[in-house]
Amino acid sequence: MQLRANNLTCSRGGREVFAGLNFSLQDGEALVVTGRNGAGKSSLLRAIAGLVHLAAGKLEFDGGEPGITIAEQTHYVGHQDAVKPSLTVGENLQFWARYLGGADVPIDPALEAVDLAPLINLPAAYLSAGQRRRLSIARVVAVPRPLWLLDEPTSALDVPSQNRLAELMRSHLTGGGMIVAAAHGPIGLERARELQIGPL
Amino acid sequence: MNAFVALLLRDIRLSVRVGGGALMGALFFLIVVTMMPFALGPDLNLLARIGPAILWLGALLATLLALDRLFAADHDDGSLDLLMMGGTPLELAVAAKAIAHWLTTALPLVVVSPVLGLMLNVELRAIGMVALTLLAGTPALTFIGLIGAALSVALRRGGLLLAVLVLPLTVPVLIFGVAAANAAIVGPAPFGPPFTILCALSLASLVLGPFAAAAALRFGLE
Repeated sequence: MQLRANNLTCSRGGREVFAGLNFSLQDGEALVVTGRNGAGKSSLLRAIAGLVHLAAGKLEFDGGEPGITIAEQTHYVGHQDAVKPSLTVGENLQFWARYLGGADVPIDPALEAVDLAPLINLPAAYLSAGQRRRLSIARVVAVPRPLWLLDEPTSALDVPSQNRLAELMRSHLTGGGMIVAAAHGPIGLERARELQIGPL
Repeated sequence: MNAFVALLLRDIRLSVRVGGGALMGALFFLIVVTMMPFALGPDLNLLARIGPAILWLGALLATLLALDRLFAADHDDGSLDLLMMGGTPLELAVAAKAIAHWLTTALPLVVVSPVLGLMLNVELRAIGMVALTLLAGTPALTFIGLIGAALSVALRRGGLLLAVLVLPLTVPVLIFGVAAANAAIVGPAPFGPPFTILCALSLASLVLGPFAAAAALRFGLE
C-alpha cells in the first residue's frame, strides 16, 4: 500500500495555507506533520480525509480496496471527539463501529485497549476530556482501516494513556498500517518520518 | 444497510434521551393550539371552521422547531466529519437522520392532533381526516426542512435563517394539506385531488430532499 501526495495546495478563507506539498507513505510507515500554529497541519489531515477541498494537487492511494474512496479507508481523529453525551460509552462506540465498520464488530477488545472497559455503561457526559479522547481512539481500534489520521492525538492524555496509544500505533504499523499524525511534541513513535510545513 | 439502521437507531435514541427534544415539538404544538381560542374568542363555529388550518399551521411551526439541530449538533461535536467518511453514501445517511427526525418529532404531532382537534371543536369525523392529512403531509415538511438544515449547518444561530429558507418552500404543502382537510369537512370539493397532491409532495421531497441536503453538506466543506 502506498499513499502519494503530489503538489498539494490548500487555501482556506482565501488564504493559501500550504502549497506544493509532496510526500509518500508506505505501509508500516508513520509520518509526523509538524509546524507552527496555523501552518496547515490540521488542514492537511482533513484534506487527506476528504473533508477539505484541495485547491490543487492530487492524492493517490495504491493497493487499498478498489472502488472505494480514500476517506472510506481512513480513520480520522480530530480535535472534536464525536462523542454524544447522552449515550453511554458502550453505545457511542457501538454506533461508530457499526456505522464505520458496516457490521457488528465486538467493542470490548477496543474498550480494553484504551482502558475504558469498566465505564462501558456510564453516560459519556460524565467522561473527562482525556477519557473522551480515549473513547475516540477506541473507535479507530475497533474498526480496521489501513490509514490513521491523528490530529494531536496525545492532547489531554495522561502519561500511561500516551504510552498505551503509542503501543496501539506501533502494533498498527507492524500490521502494515499507515499513520499520519499532526503533533507539536513527540508522540512515542521512534521511526516516524517528519514533515515540516510552513515557516520555522 | 447496517450503517443506515445504526444511524437511524442512534438518532431516535438521542432524541428520546435527556436534552433530545423529541416531545418539544408536540408540547409547542399543544401550546400554540391552546392559545388560539384565547386569541379568537369563544366562537365555537368559527373555531370549528378554521380548526384544520390552525392545526396545520401549528404542526408546520412545531416541525421547524427542532430542525435546526438536525445537522448542527453533529457538526459541533465532529460527528458529521465521520458520517461523511463512512462507507454509506451521504444521501442515505442524511435520509436516515431525516426519517429518525420525522419519527421522533412529526409523528407525535400526528398522534396528538386528534386531542387538539377536540379542543378546537372540530367534529369527530373531520378530526380523523385532519390527522390523516398531517400523516401524509408532515414527511414533506421534514424532508424540505432537511435541505434548509443542511444549508445552515455551519452558521451560529442558523435557526432563524432556516425558518426564512424553509417556510416559503412549505407553502404548497400547507395549501394542499388544509385544502384536503377542508374538503373532507365542509365540501363541496372532493377530498381526493388535494390529498393525492399532498402525498405526491411528500414522495417527491422524500426523493429530492436527501440529494439536495447531501449536496449542501458537501458544498459546505471548507
